Amino acid sequence: MLFLQAPPDTSRFLIAGYVIAVVVMLLYALSLYLRQRRLERDLQDLEELAEQQP
Amino acid sequence: MPPRPLALKILDIASVLLFLAALWVALVYAPLEAVMGAVQKVFYFHIANAWIAMLGFIAAGVAGVAYLVTKNLKWDMVELSAVEISLVFFSVTIVLGSIWAYPAWNTWWTWDPRLTSAAILELIYLAYLMLRQGIEDPERRARFGAVYTLIGGVSVPITFVSIRLFRTIHPVVVGAQDPSAQGGFSMTPAMLNTMFFCLLAFSIIFVTLLWHRIRLAQMQQKVEELKLRLTD
Repeated sequence: MLFLQAPPDTSRFLIAGYVIAVVVMLLYALSLYLRQRRLERDLQDLEELAEQQP
Repeated sequence: MPPRPLALKILDIASVLLFLAALWVALVYAPLEAVMGAVQKVFYFHIANAWIAMLGFIAAGVAGVAYLVTKNLKWDMVELSAVEISLVFFSVTIVLGSIWAYPAWNTWWTWDPRLTSAAILELIYLAYLMLRQGIEDPERRARFGAVYTLIGGVSVPITFVSIRLFRTIHPVVVGAQDPSAQGGFSMTPAMLNTMFFCLLAFSIIFVTLLWHRIRLAQMQQKVEELKLRLTD
């Protein structure tokens, strides 16, 4: 036990890693949501246009 | 667009809960590694992201084969969706690996066989997305994509086995490793439990994201069809 050393403090790397992983995941989910909303709007506009055409 | 099916709603909730649980298991439940300290815990998300990325790239190759056989464009949507999600996960894998490498190897990046093959893999699939943009005809684009992901898929097993085939400093956590590897560690049962839980959680998250991305591709196709009908 006399020669046992405490592990080095690498917690800032741990925090950086997990913050990046979480942020990227959230950003990707957000991008899916925003793209879906934009497409829904486009689809609605196009359907209205199609109805107006003779 | 039909409303979100019940199964997808359940998957959405399960994915959020599993992601939070994976964070807790990796950060709180997993024991502190004696040599590297806290940064070793990056390993759990690093390996889970890599697993999903590889799974997605292989799924894209399989979807490519399915398209070539059936000529059904729905397989092209599956292929594109799998590649896009895998690229996101694989980018995180590389960044997490780099963050772990600095305290372990004293460098953010080195041209080691595993790191080099991973960088090539990432570039192959980035090029896939860029090249697809340049093809207007949907059937030609789908045929190109299918052949590309089939050939690109070869780099997936090469990247996976590179640390077992070549002399490398990248540790092999499961199985025997090269004596020149640096930063390897023995897995305790709690570490193994954490790793397998993260693999399971990310597998469910992948299925959920893939389903959402395929629905998005279907909606995109519908918009393109309507635009064509209106301009004719």
